[in-house]
Amino acid sequence: MADRTMLYSSLIAPFAEFEFMRRALVGSFALALGGGPVGVFLMLRRMSLMGDAMSHAILPGAAIGFLVSGLSLFAMTAGGLIAGFVVAVLAGLVARTTELKEDASLAAFFLLSLAIGVTIVSMRGTNIDLLHVLFGSVLALDNPTLILIAAITSLSLVILALIWRPLVLECVDPNFLRSVSRAGAPAHIAFLALVVMNLVGGFHALGTLLAVGLMMLPAAAARFWARDISAMIAIAVALGIVSGFAGLLLSFHAGLPAGPAVILTAGVLYVGSLAFGSVGGLARRLVRRRHLEA
Amino acid sequence: MTAQLRFQNLTLGYDRHPAVHHLDGSVPRGALMAVVGPNGAGKSTLFKGIVGMLAPLAGGIDRGGLKTRDIAYLPQAAELDRGFPINVYDLVAMGLWRRTGLFGGVGAKERERVHAAIAAVGLTGFEARPIGSLSGGQMQRVLFARLLLQDARLIVLDEPFTAIDSKTAADLFDLVRRWHVEERTVVAALHDIELVRANFPDVLLLAREPVAWGTAAEVLTADNLTKARRMCEAFDEAAAECAA
Repeated sequence: MADRTMLYSSLIAPFAEFEFMRRALVGSFALALGGGPVGVFLMLRRMSLMGDAMSHAILPGAAIGFLVSGLSLFAMTAGGLIAGFVVAVLAGLVARTTELKEDASLAAFFLLSLAIGVTIVSMRGTNIDLLHVLFGSVLALDNPTLILIAAITSLSLVILALIWRPLVLECVDPNFLRSVSRAGAPAHIAFLALVVMNLVGGFHALGTLLAVGLMMLPAAAARFWARDISAMIAIAVALGIVSGFAGLLLSFHAGLPAGPAVILTAGVLYVGSLAFGSVGGLARRLVRRRHLEA
Repeated sequence: MTAQLRFQNLTLGYDRHPAVHHLDGSVPRGALMAVVGPNGAGKSTLFKGIVGMLAPLAGGIDRGGLKTRDIAYLPQAAELDRGFPINVYDLVAMGLWRRTGLFGGVGAKERERVHAAIAAVGLTGFEARPIGSLSGGQMQRVLFARLLLQDARLIVLDEPFTAIDSKTAADLFDLVRRWHVEERTVVAALHDIELVRANFPDVLLLAREPVAWGTAAEVLTADNLTKARRMCEAFDEAAAECAA
């Protein structure tokens, strides 16, 4: 009985008693659900660092929105989305039409975006307010923000279902896709838009830098548990949800900042998967088992 | 005989430098044609032009009304991400694209066809294997299974038997013969002159410019082959504009 009370008070009570914890939990679940699949595709396209680059590309847009109308959800979201879309679409088009690969063209555009953003910010106002944009506020999610995140996640899942086939094909065998269909380019651009949307959703909760963490860490960890893309995505989403739940509890009980606690939890899950994962985990390599007959 | 492909003074190349220069002629519907020539002769370039991945620098290609999706193309080194987590069955099933498109379902009949294609290339039992675990020859078999499902009128194979053993090559060549019997047009780049002599009715010997084009016996003479080998491989950076 005493055990049960302790379990309740450590695992459930924080969420039952505090509304801000419930909101944070819902927000991080939504982010895990949308970011998981996007992260898995980024990883498989060898674009794991794109999230990082895009978060830099988004920052100036959000900062400009912030400068124009203060801490307004609408202005910062719109700014972030516009800056992100412009960079993603330009980079995608350049990669598709020229010899430049996707990573190089993205690097060029995100650096430009960052430089423009920093210039504008330094001409007006202080850098201190930007801390909010950088590190988010998962414990202060109000209704409009929560609805925005949930809407972005829902839209992501629908779009992902629609572009699933060309997107998978574009990753495995782009030339084949090009020979049977013209859906490759729209699917590619739509996917880049998904990355931007999910990062914008993420920065309201976790900040731009940590939003990338909830997208990429579960995806990278899932690689050590599955050989099949659908299973990989399911595992990434599950790990993201666990990170959100455990991270918020960690922050509640240990008095740590919530966003970093969520990402640290995801990081621990990643290291655990790296060590003990069933597909190429390190422990499997260390244990020498006799080879099979065929 | 109606033509499936007609080249009109076709010049293909990169950055204004021609790789295939002034090609005229036509490939009849249902032909089984080999394209031979040394490395750098423009075989792959010609194929990219045929399937529409490379726009001509000059001249044109008439594909006899075929759309892109009626043409199946097996590139020389398929730019396939072998590390992608997808299994043999799903990769082969992509050959159904023409029927299913973006959203079409894969029903019992289609699944049957996928299994039949996998069986035809001798890979029954490999359906659930990730493509990353296949050998080079097995991968080529998978790609042929996908070609089978594409049900294309024109099939373009760029060195399909390079770097695979003779057993695999023989098995896969049986499929090519089957396509020929089914009156599909097959164009293949090959290096094995004996294989070409024995099996291909039509041959184009290419060395940036067409050296000879006709029946295997007419084209594959010692004279012609020597001529092709002497082809100049390098771009001339200072090349003048072509007057022809």
